[in-house]
Amino acid sequence: MFAARNVQSIARGASRGSQSLRGYASAAPTAAFAGQKGPNGKYTVTLIPGDGIGPEISQSVKDIYSAAGAPIQWEEVDVTPILKNGKTAIPDAAIASVRKNTVALKGPLATPIGKGHVSLNLTLRRTFNLFANVRPCASIQGYKTPYDNVDTVLIRENTEGEYSGIEHEIVDGVVQSIKLITWDASERVAKYAFHYAQANGRKRVTAVHKANIMKMSDGMFLSACRQVAKDFPGIQYDEDLLDRACLQITQNPAPYADRVMVMPNLYGDILSDMCAGLIGGLGLTPSGNIGRDASIFEAVHGSAPDIAGKGLANPTALLLSSLMMLRHMNLNEYADRIEKATLGTIAEGKTITGDLGGKASTKEYTDAIVKRLSKV
Amino acid sequence: MLRNAIAQAAKPALRARTATTLSAGFPKATAASLPAKQYGGVYTVTLIPGDGIGQEITDSVKEIFEHVNAPIEWEQYNVSGMSSDGEQLFKQALESLKRNRVGLKGILFTPISQTGHVSWNVAMRQQLDIYASVVLCKSLPGFPTRHSNVDFAIIRENTEGEYSGLEHQSYPGVVESLKVSTRAKSERICRFAFDFALKNNRKKVTCVHKANIMKLGDGLFLNTFRRIAEEYKSTGIQYNDMIVDNTSMQLVARPGQFDVMVMPNLYGAIVSNIGAALVGGPGIVPGCNVGREYALFEPGCRHVAKDIMGTNRANPAAMILSATMMLRHLGLDHLANNIASATFDVINGGKVRTADMGGSANTSEFTDAVIKNLS
Repeated sequence: MFAARNVQSIARGASRGSQSLRGYASAAPTAAFAGQKGPNGKYTVTLIPGDGIGPEISQSVKDIYSAAGAPIQWEEVDVTPILKNGKTAIPDAAIASVRKNTVALKGPLATPIGKGHVSLNLTLRRTFNLFANVRPCASIQGYKTPYDNVDTVLIRENTEGEYSGIEHEIVDGVVQSIKLITWDASERVAKYAFHYAQANGRKRVTAVHKANIMKMSDGMFLSACRQVAKDFPGIQYDEDLLDRACLQITQNPAPYADRVMVMPNLYGDILSDMCAGLIGGLGLTPSGNIGRDASIFEAVHGSAPDIAGKGLANPTALLLSSLMMLRHMNLNEYADRIEKATLGTIAEGKTITGDLGGKASTKEYTDAIVKRLSKV
Repeated sequence: MLRNAIAQAAKPALRARTATTLSAGFPKATAASLPAKQYGGVYTVTLIPGDGIGQEITDSVKEIFEHVNAPIEWEQYNVSGMSSDGEQLFKQALESLKRNRVGLKGILFTPISQTGHVSWNVAMRQQLDIYASVVLCKSLPGFPTRHSNVDFAIIRENTEGEYSGLEHQSYPGVVESLKVSTRAKSERICRFAFDFALKNNRKKVTCVHKANIMKLGDGLFLNTFRRIAEEYKSTGIQYNDMIVDNTSMQLVARPGQFDVMVMPNLYGAIVSNIGAALVGGPGIVPGCNVGREYALFEPGCRHVAKDIMGTNRANPAAMILSATMMLRHLGLDHLANNIASATFDVINGGKVRTADMGGSANTSEFTDAVIKNLS
């Protein structure tokens, strides 16, 4: 019975891979990967292990990659903020590394609490013009939630909107927060969404908006999407109200498996976490930030200081994010293999970490994936 | 108020399913400082069926009200937002609401195009200053969904925030949209939420916000919430706050943790739709909008449902339950209980259900079944 389950899960994994249902690839002329192999035949990728459980889960990814023989050479950098002209900043070495390699993998960062800190994520986003946040969510076989067959992809505008940071208090007790929408940013993210759909065999792009209320701002976002849609006759385009999208995804996410959703910043933030909730939380969802000058793939969960250093953390989110990275670099074969081994290990359910209901340590889980790599 | 009404209800079975039928639970003295219009025991109520399925589901309410001889006289305005020509009628409807102070309403269509008129739904809420939207999400007996034991109330600020309607293009291709947050309006909605919790014997109020990004705007809302919470400390009601993205994730994963939720306008649109989806869809979730002087009752999920308009397929339950909330607001609790329990009995019976709940009954059949179940 056990063997049968194994075979079944592998077979399922294989069919998934070949249908590219679970593709995290990303190829757009606006942000295509153009890195070159080094003399040792490997691409250099910047690794930001992060805080808390970051170093442990990064180690897990490194171990799996070396076992899989992926042509990746890690360049580890530290992004602990330094003081520069009285302001906190990311060390120059880290920025130079990402700029040179154009691809980075990043673990969770603890956000310092208090005033005066610009969040590191925001700094990275601005420094490298990370304009699109890609958030795929697919049900993980072996981890049961109230929802099956979730397979959504959401692309979020990442640079403006409600997160413009422009706010002021006009008189005491009256605040204006400005949502900024520009044609250029809307067009750029729409283009990427259509490219993503094309590259991943999704036949539809749905723009999610609230243009019945915000007629000018969301209206312009829609106009930009419609304009871009004309350049992609092979991809269907439609629009959905934010209200309706929330309702329908929560009621039945299955119909969203055929499309890519694209939306302004705040809606994307909320909906992407909602989709993550459907499949079991941020510990299982990958994320990629696509930019003009570089692309950074990251785990979006917290740094979990309470279990840091105990060897209990679940590296899945970072590992799946790294697979998005491999596909971004057109190393699809490696990505498929590691993905099959990972999902197979979770589906088998013998060696999974505590957050998924198992008892395995990070190391045991990693070893199980490495072992399975030889079988796929 | 609600719990009292329930205690009085004859059928013990009703106890288990109170929350979806409850009256808004707002302090009557505040909400109806000006009493509803009443002549010879008959209340005049403004009725705006709205677009889409509105006509069908309000017909269903009218039929049921007629059957129980409810002392309600409708002042009906068939306003439609499908074209901007209806503006005159819309203004008349607004005048009528100001006269009668109580209304029942479907949802008016709002065009997406920039040349179209602004949302009349929003205009109505702003002009009548019906600042608190109350939406109740509770699992229905006899209708299991992916999640059980969902039971929370969403209190949403209804008159400012992202719905200010202030937008401009400062340069071609650059648009600014203003979200306005004020201390006064944050304070009254937070007070409303705590009062609601008290009246309905609820235990916890959660503030939903995005103050980590909108430090001033949502920060004002959050700080006001905390200040008001401090004032209510002696009541023993717990309080916490949660960032809106995390809230939506928690809602679909563990909805049982929420009790009363209070939030700015836009987040309310998101949370009420997720909430409705958890318990069975927009067809069964009632709601209302309350201010100091006026109360307007409408389905909790504000969908026009143009796609099934005129096909007699819509689920009238949300509108019927909203109407029972209205009856309670008018002090007609016995009628409200009768209609609400008949509606729940039909749903619980499982034989007559509309398509959205997996049945094959049409709107009229559902209405007839409710009438048959009236005591």
